[in-house]
Amino acid sequence: MFLKEYFKTIFGTVKSLLTGMRRTGYYFTHGKEIITQEYPNEYPVLADRFRGEVVMIHDEKNEHRCTGCSACEISCPNGTIKIISKFETGPDGKKKKAIDKFVYHLELCTFCNLCIEACPTSAIKMDQAFEHSVFDRSRLTKVLNKPGSKIMEGVE
Amino acid sequence: MFEEVATTEQGDLVINVGPQHPSTHGVLHLIITLRGETIMKIEPHLGYIHRSIEKMCEGLTYRQFVYVTSKMDYLSSHINNHGCVLCVEKGLQLEVTPRAQVIRVLMDELTRIASHCLWWGALGMDVGALTPFFHAFREREMINVIMEETCGTRLTMNYMVPGGVMADLHSNFQKRVKQFIKDFKPKLIEYDDLLTNNSIFIERMKGVGILSKDDAVSYGCTGPTARGSGVSCDIRKWYPYEIYDKLNFEEVLETEGDSYSRYMVRVREFRQSLSILEQLIDNIPEGDFQTKTKAVLKLPKGEFYSKVETARGEFGVYIVAEGATNPYRIKFRSPGFSNLSALDHIARGQKIADMIAIMGSLDFVIPDIDR
Ligand code: SF4
Ligand code: SF4
Repeated sequence: MFLKEYFKTIFGTVKSLLTGMRRTGYYFTHGKEIITQEYPNEYPVLADRFRGEVVMIHDEKNEHRCTGCSACEISCPNGTIKIISKFETGPDGKKKKAIDKFVYHLELCTFCNLCIEACPTSAIKMDQAFEHSVFDRSRLTKVLNKPGSKIMEGVE
Repeated sequence: MFEEVATTEQGDLVINVGPQHPSTHGVLHLIITLRGETIMKIEPHLGYIHRSIEKMCEGLTYRQFVYVTSKMDYLSSHINNHGCVLCVEKGLQLEVTPRAQVIRVLMDELTRIASHCLWWGALGMDVGALTPFFHAFREREMINVIMEETCGTRLTMNYMVPGGVMADLHSNFQKRVKQFIKDFKPKLIEYDDLLTNNSIFIERMKGVGILSKDDAVSYGCTGPTARGSGVSCDIRKWYPYEIYDKLNFEEVLETEGDSYSRYMVRVREFRQSLSILEQLIDNIPEGDFQTKTKAVLKLPKGEFYSKVETARGEFGVYIVAEGATNPYRIKFRSPGFSNLSALDHIARGQKIADMIAIMGSLDFVIPDIDR
């Protein structure tokens, strides 16, 4: 009786091991089903909604839609965005608030998308860039409005 | 000198597991008293990644604090966010559109599968089988791609907002989920071949780390840990939120209370979650994905509590509001903390080598325990 049980256990174990090994063997012989992506030789295709970093949308005339309203700065949970605004004199002689610098600290950003949701004029969006490693962290502080850019006509 | 420090008066050996031990799945520090190979006592030491999330949330607005909770139980980040938005909606008495409700449930169940996948692979690795890890991550990657397309991130989503979800489903979503359901079903048989029916694995798990039904209740265990001991505690069944009361799924219960039962609960939950996905994926109602809310949310004075079933158990959010834009006090009830409290009781008298299997079967995510 004991011997019977003993051998039954051994055969049962060997059988269950072989079942598992069959799976392993299947993938050994079907190399095409292995999904390793050989980054950086093979560049990943990222989804269009992927949250890589915040960028400001500029058109070809170097104009953006940011009014400097600071809604994004208020909605950010960790103080990633600093809006430095200035007063510009418009063509009609009136003084108007405008953006001087949109400072973005990439090292603080947690990619929560709240700033993009908050922006009333859709001036900023998420970019797919994900290779953020740098040698000096000061390079992670970015000014998002391009030099010389100005606000689009008609955006309030 | 060393002898004195490392042993107790009875001559028991005191060892440290962690905080940087791979099998503790994070920075959990266990001080274990051993007599020979037998565990006499386990003292978990917490605090290595305490980020004072509850205090942090008190300074954030009701829109912002949702995001922080993804960083607690990062494997169920959708479900954590879900608990928070449910609580805020309760305070604001917001109705959520049917479409948003279905999207939320779909995301929750995908998250549950992804979380169980990771647990399954990691458990295999803990008990010495390396192959399952890679298999599980292959399937988890499919879910991550779905998440990435619709939510924009792979782990800490912040996709749920008070009033609905942040963005509509991606146009590929239905196609991809259907493909996933089709692909995942044969993989479950593969999982059974690799681990569930493997005699070595069964030997290591069966009868190890028994948690009785009464103990599970008195330690406040929830989720698969308690259901493995036969405690019926699924929030989705008992206190249904969103559309869970209209869905057809069963609460998985096992009665043995050992590591293998806890394992079986989770493996069987794969199929339940899949069946929920199947029921919903073709029936996503049309309509808005978000109810219009004010830009600044203010909860009325009062106390609000909501709870959801994460992949690990009951996650509760308790908000004390004073009528301002940020909560006066927030308390999170995380499943991992209560489940960890039972570890000492379960592991006493077991061998040190079984401790790893027991820990694996309890499925800890340390940032969830140590908020
Ligand atoms: S994504 Fe979130 S953390 Fe980053 S800048 Fe926007 S609001 Fe701030
Ligand atoms: S990016 Fe949008 S929200 Fe931020 S300051 Fe400019 S206009 Fe306002």
